[in-house]
Amino acid sequence: MPPIYTLHDLQQSYNGRRVLAIDRLDIGRGEVLALVGPSGSGKSTLLRLLNFLEQPSGGALTFDGEPVTPRLALAQRRRVTTVFQRPALLHRSVAANIGYGQTLRGIKPDNDELAAWLDRLGLSHLARQSAPKLSAGEAQRVALARALILRPDVLLLDEPSANLDPYNIGLIERLVAEAHSETGMTVVWVTHDIFQARRVAGRVAFLLEGRLVEVADAAKFFTAPATPQAAAFLRGELVYS
Amino acid sequence: MRKIISLLLLSLVLLTMVACGAKEPQVLRLATTTSTADSGLLDAILPSFEEKYNARVDVVAVGTGQAIALGEAGDADVILVHARAREDAFVEEGHGTGRSDVMYNDFILVGPPDDPAGVAGMTSAAEALAAIAAAGAPFASRGDDSGTHTKELSLWEKAGVTPDPAGGWYNSLGQGMGETLTFANEAGAYTLTDRGTYLSMRDNLPNLVVVVGGESIADNADPALLNPYGVIPVNPDKSDAINNKLANQFAEWLTSAEVQEMIGQFGTDKFGQPLFYPDAK
Amino acid sequence: METILDALQEALGLLTGFDPALMEVVGMTLRVTGGALLLATLIGLPLGAALGLRDRVPAGGCVMPIIYTGMGLPPVVVGLFVYLMLSNQGPLGRLGWLFKPPAMIVAQVIIALPLIVGLTLTSLRSIDPTVKLQVRSLGATRAQTAWTLIREARLGVLAAIIAAFGGIISEVGAVMLVGGNIEGQTRVLTTAIVLETRRGNFALALALGILLMGLAFGANYLFHRLSDE
Repeated sequence: MPPIYTLHDLQQSYNGRRVLAIDRLDIGRGEVLALVGPSGSGKSTLLRLLNFLEQPSGGALTFDGEPVTPRLALAQRRRVTTVFQRPALLHRSVAANIGYGQTLRGIKPDNDELAAWLDRLGLSHLARQSAPKLSAGEAQRVALARALILRPDVLLLDEPSANLDPYNIGLIERLVAEAHSETGMTVVWVTHDIFQARRVAGRVAFLLEGRLVEVADAAKFFTAPATPQAAAFLRGELVYS
Repeated sequence: MRKIISLLLLSLVLLTMVACGAKEPQVLRLATTTSTADSGLLDAILPSFEEKYNARVDVVAVGTGQAIALGEAGDADVILVHARAREDAFVEEGHGTGRSDVMYNDFILVGPPDDPAGVAGMTSAAEALAAIAAAGAPFASRGDDSGTHTKELSLWEKAGVTPDPAGGWYNSLGQGMGETLTFANEAGAYTLTDRGTYLSMRDNLPNLVVVVGGESIADNADPALLNPYGVIPVNPDKSDAINNKLANQFAEWLTSAEVQEMIGQFGTDKFGQPLFYPDAK
Repeated sequence: METILDALQEALGLLTGFDPALMEVVGMTLRVTGGALLLATLIGLPLGAALGLRDRVPAGGCVMPIIYTGMGLPPVVVGLFVYLMLSNQGPLGRLGWLFKPPAMIVAQVIIALPLIVGLTLTSLRSIDPTVKLQVRSLGATRAQTAWTLIREARLGVLAAIIAAFGGIISEVGAVMLVGGNIEGQTRVLTTAIVLETRRGNFALALALGILLMGLAFGANYLFHRLSDE
């Protein structure tokens, strides 16, 4: 099967400063790819490009065989969604937040589906509650449900569990794993936590200062990294390219 | 910290006392109408009073209604106003100790040059007002209980007309003379004004001419348009803060031959005619 | 002290008696301020939203200081400007609006507009940038994004409208100049208070003052209730 994304010489610069330059990367349909690397290495920038939230300053990006341009059809754009590090919930009820993406698509949120999600999240008692009053863990669970209920073809995760406690981290990893096995969605998971990457990913892409240093199967990356930078990163050392 | 602050405060208070203790001039609170202040008369004559009695005069220039109210409340030492009936009532009710004539000026009726009510040259203001009402021509009233407004109401009464603000032609503004003249100039309306204010603003009122009252007070044929000013010291029983001695000195000074002469001269250099005529007995 | 007590008592009498002259002044105040607030909101909200939703304000170095200066415009200067525009000698004298309610509405719109534009813009700017990304990421079109962000900023937008309302209903300089305080035609609460104070009718002035504060409180209470939901 052809990859869902292909990246060719993809570059992004802000105010003349280049923050990302990827020679070549394919992301396969249905895979779980972990994007790792020190902070400032361009992981979040890449994710925004994959979600069509900004335009690259150079190079080519295709999504499902189609070149990504500012005129990419809305229906295509809606096949991809991101969960960010901060849950960014709207000032509405928990239920309205979970149904927000469906509302945008003109779909009337299905009450049974909603109830099922609230149950899975352990939030059934909070459906009518105003979202900003939730705890950090509850809020991030709502943000995840808001994305998963859309059954996206691609789920992008930008450090969704970075500030959470072990219980919530485990819950989020489990929910993503279940959704992945149910729908076969593609998952690109940005994390600075190599143990998390090891738990969730089939393949790992290691970014350093905007460049792709190594892409490998997770098993190989964590046991026998091919590059000295990746090895240093895994040992917890400061790395430079 | 607290000690320092109280020390600072204490020294500030002491300093103020020392600074102000130096032969502090006595203060006279004069409540008067805007016409005397705005015409510049007070600026011209008050310095000589302040020098003679080592006093400072705080002028509160308001409408006659408020000036009288200030006197009634004991918030002024002396009032200088022009509303004869209300002045007499003020003294009768014991708010003031006695009224003296000071001077008079006169009122005139001004209006648009095309004179839609055909009142130009009439010798009676009341007749002119009746004609304006009959024609339904726009009229601007001060509507602020000022001396001018009181005079206007008495003229309407004389004309046998009760102007109705809802009637469309009668505009009751509730503003000062200057604003009312400006309104009349914009709206093509007639209005009753004291001559002094009109003369001082004439250059900015291209759409207004004198229709009743003549070019100077000597030409004014209607005695009802004459406007006497009276000075009344406020009854000192009202408040300990009232400086009755200085108020009496002020009334005496204002009616003295020397000051009466100054009043008669005021305005002649600028308008070619006096704005006020001395009237003290 | 006696004056204040007398005034309060008389004020209560006038209020409970629904004095017709008083009610007329209140009606004119609500018509002028309500009309001005509605117009300023209809113009200012989309303008503030258009500016606040952009990543950068066009010519922001110039536009922002202008808006912030406008938020503190002295009403009497606005009144003077509107007066000169609408006067017989002014460029818009033909409209014949001077000393009529439309002139007062124009002046109040000019006072309220920068407040509504500026505060709407600021409240949109202060939304977490992640929210904007998140909304687009969830599949919102441009219009849907704009609408969602405006809804997110609704407290700020409401505050903008409240601030504008408080500014114009209590303003006296401009309406006095361009309205003329004409009884039964352009007299509103603030100009009536000035007049009655000058006349020495402190009780009536105080009654009007109480009414003005009551109206302001009522409106703020209503807005507050709305913002709670």
